[in-house]
Amino acid sequence: MPDYETFEHDVLVIGAGGAGLRAAIEASAAGARVGLVCKSLLGKAHTVMAEGGIAAALANVDERDNWKVHFADTMRGGQYVNQWRMAELHAKEAPDRVRELEAWGAVFDRTKDGRILQRHFGGHKYPRLAHVGDRTGLEMIRTLQDHGVHQGIDVHMEHTILSLLKDGDRVVGAFGYERERGRFKIFGAKAVVLATGGIGRAYKITSNSWEYTGDGHALAYEAGADLIDMEFVQFHPTGMVWPPSVMGILVTEGVRAEGGILLNKDGKRFMFESIPENYQAHTADNEEEGWRYCQGHKDARRPPELLTRDHVSRCIVREIKEGRGSPHGGVYLDISWIKQKMPNAAEHIKRKLPSMYHQFKQLADIDITDEPMEVGPTTHYIMGGVRVDPDTQMTRLTGLFAAGECAAGINGANRLGGNSLSDLLVFGKRAGEFAAKFARENSQGDISKDQVDVIARQALEPFDRNDGENPYEIQKDLQELMQDNVGIVRTETEMQDALKQLRQLNERANRAGVIGHREYNPGWQTALDLTNLLIVSEAIALTALEREESRGAQFREDYPDKDERFAKVNTIASKAADGSMQIRLEPLPEMPEYLKQVIEKNR
Amino acid sequence: MNVSFKIWRGDANGGVFRDYATECTEGMVVLDAVHDIQRTQAPDLACRWNCKAGKCGSCSAEVNGMPKLMCMTRLSELPLDKPVTIEPMKAFPVIKDLTTDVSWNFRVKKKVKPFKPRAPDAPDGTWRMWQEDIDRVQEFRKCIECFLCQDVCHVLRDHQMHDQFIGPRFLIHVAALEMHPLDTEDRIEELRNTQGIGYCNITKCCTKVCPESIQITDNGIIPLKERVVDDFYDPLGWFWRLLKKLLNR
Repeated sequence: MPDYETFEHDVLVIGAGGAGLRAAIEASAAGARVGLVCKSLLGKAHTVMAEGGIAAALANVDERDNWKVHFADTMRGGQYVNQWRMAELHAKEAPDRVRELEAWGAVFDRTKDGRILQRHFGGHKYPRLAHVGDRTGLEMIRTLQDHGVHQGIDVHMEHTILSLLKDGDRVVGAFGYERERGRFKIFGAKAVVLATGGIGRAYKITSNSWEYTGDGHALAYEAGADLIDMEFVQFHPTGMVWPPSVMGILVTEGVRAEGGILLNKDGKRFMFESIPENYQAHTADNEEEGWRYCQGHKDARRPPELLTRDHVSRCIVREIKEGRGSPHGGVYLDISWIKQKMPNAAEHIKRKLPSMYHQFKQLADIDITDEPMEVGPTTHYIMGGVRVDPDTQMTRLTGLFAAGECAAGINGANRLGGNSLSDLLVFGKRAGEFAAKFARENSQGDISKDQVDVIARQALEPFDRNDGENPYEIQKDLQELMQDNVGIVRTETEMQDALKQLRQLNERANRAGVIGHREYNPGWQTALDLTNLLIVSEAIALTALEREESRGAQFREDYPDKDERFAKVNTIASKAADGSMQIRLEPLPEMPEYLKQVIEKNR
Repeated sequence: MNVSFKIWRGDANGGVFRDYATECTEGMVVLDAVHDIQRTQAPDLACRWNCKAGKCGSCSAEVNGMPKLMCMTRLSELPLDKPVTIEPMKAFPVIKDLTTDVSWNFRVKKKVKPFKPRAPDAPDGTWRMWQEDIDRVQEFRKCIECFLCQDVCHVLRDHQMHDQFIGPRFLIHVAALEMHPLDTEDRIEELRNTQGIGYCNITKCCTKVCPESIQITDNGIIPLKERVVDDFYDPLGWFWRLLKKLLNR
């Protein structure tokens, strides 16, 4: 029997983006010995790509804002299938979490009276996003990283977790390998926090990096936790579409918040054409009002470009499908037009959107202060994920917690921009706090060498198949399948076909082979990632089939309307005793009266 | 068009440039070519990357001898009539192929004294800062930790003085803390004594390679050098320092 290097922690946090770092900091501050596993180097997680800002009702720019409005906005954006308690905690606690970042050294843009500046964003009634130009995510991750490294957290960089380890029904650790030498490691822990982010790599066009293969989703599912709302995948309306090599790279919603408008090839501002009923009262009916809103006039309503992401994406797809798209299969996003409205517009754009300016200049030869960008939807975020207790973030498995994108509930059917960074902070903190508490109250569990040996043996199988199929090709085919068959517009026929093809891909994945040795071998990593990608892809397809309606991010061409039958249910995916994926519907918990009133008052 | 590449393959024990070729399409960056080669010809070719948009600083390498982010280097900017060479950063030990052991950087950062804010300005526990006072700090905080400045700094690259000099990245980190309007910590003594700011002789190589265009030398290192001089070599400054020390005792 081989020996494995073993680490013992009170709390093991898997994932080192915003949620993981925040959880690690909190657990460590509570006195726990914390281990933090990063798939890449510390500080490189996808949180750095967040651009627009952190949503929190600080009311620094508009004193009418408060947690109730933020809560109502979040629920409306999520089409009321959100976990109401999470949305409530999030709205109430986000302001403190932002102020805490400032106490740890973050340097947000300022208001004229020296406080944290807030900007408008889609679906938020008032200017609510604390930000640093368009690099807020970098500011956040660096602040957490620099604060965290002085707390004595043990950081395990460039490690991949292959499986959670259980002692009966309790999660007692994790097993994985370190990239540099390819060696396996056992992490024993009294409590484990999953904070692994999203699933974007299941799709061909995505803003996500190679890391986002649904690891936390799949690890939790395999261990016996529930996944909820997996059908709700957010396609961000504005990703780059040209040149081909940059397709999918994110263009921040901040462009539209600063006054950017969407145009079709005829120069028509098409977003005015269809404004959803529940947003009509909040949306400008003329261009002038929209511009005044972006300029901070409190009596103006938002321009239709700042409607929720699900809606904007669908409008863009409609324009493209009906032949009114731009030459490279997108639509135009124009911020340069604001020079008609303000002096020094070019300087203003460069100041407010520096990384967008840089990104387009360098990657597409486009000067966004002078000409429009071409954009189209890109897979960005999954609202669905591991089901957790809203207060403690514990999953249905004892000792297993989840926070951030890989956990679910707060966003419902569609996430508002800016709510992700605040979600990471609020629930990262809560997960860390309650994981540390759990660790204090429980002793280390037993890890059986046998279960570890099985995982290690399976992980090494691709090396025995020198003539096996190239894992990169399997991944590419999977991404194309999900993009084409389980993308923005869905039908039963296409998804049934996808499920059939997923089974074939599963078989191919079992035959994948890698060449070379175990040290820093990205081919091996790609082969290992396939397992998780296939699990989340199946969950997305199955739950999307189950929800026979269109709501939020899920658009079914064969069921184009909302259906009362699905208005108050979540889809649940879990692993059955025979190893198959089981899907069921469960009613949402009943919302208490005081929250119903909050929603009613903010209609 | 078909483009040729020479990519360094090897590990800590040595390596060689191997020849590859791949189709180059419009807008392609060096990282795209590396990915194509990985997918079709060399699945075990090691390289780091994440965001692919110049925001995470993972894919640092030397392209035709120049320290670059592979994701932001367009092939159309390079001469393609001869092979494009790609090799790992030279200031750090090689792990495999294009990946290097950059863990030294993380250890160095841990040794820099953390942010220590003054007491809050307002009863609700918040502070007031003015945009014009934080512009400079925000410039430094744009750093994506790609370590290209460390790679090109001759003190580290040629003289390998990693134990005596923290390098431009961390001088900028110190500058961001020292110039933070809320910070109350003093880091000047270790800048001179253990962090080796004196070794920098302002050749500005770091500034030239910074993908975030941070004016590392002019805006960061030179003002820090001035603070060191004021504190240690100006008699008044020296006296003030002594006084502060005595008062703090």
